[in-house]
Amino acid sequence: MKILNVLVVDDEPGIRSGIVRILKNFSVSYPFMDEDVSFEIKDVGTGEEGIEKLKNNNVDIVLLDNKLPGIKGTEVLKYINQNNPDILVMMITSYASLELAVEATAQGAFDFIPKPFTPQELKSSMEVIVKHLFLRGMTNKMNQEGKEIRFQFLSVLSHELKAPLNAIEGYLRIMEEKQLGDAIDDYEQVINRSLKRIKGMRSLIMDLLDLTKIEFEKKSDKFELVNIKEIINYAVEAINPYAIQKDVIINVSECKDDVVFNADPDDIEIVLNNLVSNAVKYNKNSGRVNIEVESDDKTIKIFVSDTGIGMNSESKGKLFEEFYRIKDERTKNISGSGLGLSIVKRVVDLYNGKIEVNSKLNEGSTFIVSLPK
Amino acid sequence: MEKVKILIVDDDPDYLFQMKLMVESFGFEVISADSQKEGEIIIKEIKPDLAIFDLMMENDDSGFILSYKLKRKYPDVPVIVATAVAAEAGMIFGLNTDSEKNWIKADLYLEKGIRKDQLHKEITRLLKLY
Repeated sequence: MKILNVLVVDDEPGIRSGIVRILKNFSVSYPFMDEDVSFEIKDVGTGEEGIEKLKNNNVDIVLLDNKLPGIKGTEVLKYINQNNPDILVMMITSYASLELAVEATAQGAFDFIPKPFTPQELKSSMEVIVKHLFLRGMTNKMNQEGKEIRFQFLSVLSHELKAPLNAIEGYLRIMEEKQLGDAIDDYEQVINRSLKRIKGMRSLIMDLLDLTKIEFEKKSDKFELVNIKEIINYAVEAINPYAIQKDVIINVSECKDDVVFNADPDDIEIVLNNLVSNAVKYNKNSGRVNIEVESDDKTIKIFVSDTGIGMNSESKGKLFEEFYRIKDERTKNISGSGLGLSIVKRVVDLYNGKIEVNSKLNEGSTFIVSLPK
Repeated sequence: MEKVKILIVDDDPDYLFQMKLMVESFGFEVISADSQKEGEIIIKEIKPDLAIFDLMMENDDSGFILSYKLKRKYPDVPVIVATAVAAEAGMIFGLNTDSEKNWIKADLYLEKGIRKDQLHKEITRLLKLY
């Protein structure tokens, strides 16, 4: 049970005790709320006392009469908006004139209840207020979570960008101070490592561009009939020099020439490039990569299998998170931005598709992408 | 007199290489490891005079884990935890308050990319080699 604090400001003692009586044993429940809401009520007879109470108490809702002996209800309302803008104010008044309604709404009153009211009318108004407060709380929470995710992304990103810069800067200082000798040959390793870090940084930036592109581009503009076999061939061609170096054979075992579907070809290229290059990168020397496409009226299914290092179930769970990388002996010398699979996942989600992975540690992995046609 | 032994653990090969070179140029002996796991093995066998740990290795808090394990065995060995940004993964680490010092078993928290003379100063201060 959640309790909301209500302050009643009305100069008529009968109205005050009536409200206390009606709300004392009343609670609000909605199917979308985890817990019921009931009310803790305080009441005062003047606006001055009301403001005093607001200063020292935690109040969620104010039921406010306009016609008060001292300062008017609208002045209390003004005070609330300046000092406690989160409080919801419901005006109670026997003179529910249009003029007053306009004035109070302009000053931020949430709702009106005309005097005299029935218990049911008061309860209905309280239900509306509770719903409003609940939704406002949820919205705030979601905005906050969004901000946190963004903040986390940016701080990890700055780490990933700063690490290669630090490394390169360190190497330049070593050269500046001629720490390894006077001949340029003494610095071969230093130069090679610097170039490697620059390359890594560049590929991170390219991945970031992919990510931004997916996020901001309007999709439907670029849709066309995409031939999956063509895209697979591009991806294989692009990674082939590296595959040759590692003696990995890439085989397209099953894919009809005429499998087409509607998509932005750039997106599908991003998916295939990432999956095929991972399959080579995380493979063993002299390993194999197999690509297969299944297609029916509704779905196209792409299988990319490798005979590589595989992964355990913990890694499988985190695999699609941004910047997640499996860090161990086997991956020590493999460079990567940690963004590739999160990009793939985003594209697949965008197409209302699905991505799954089957994997056995040290034996290999199969990534299965299903896209609706 | 035996040389001062400094243990450096970092999974970034470039940073490890550069730190080693820097620390060796101060006249210290360096033992290095490139993972938390390897670092733990070394701690079991060797007592260094000072240790420098990277924060994020196999785990996001590898540096703290190593620091904790080292301090449990050798409470008198000073530890520096190093990382590339002040606010990694949304967490702000610092060693300013006492409760933080209790939780994070490190003597100094450093941002990576530290200059040679600064590092030298911090190490001599922690080793009390004035």
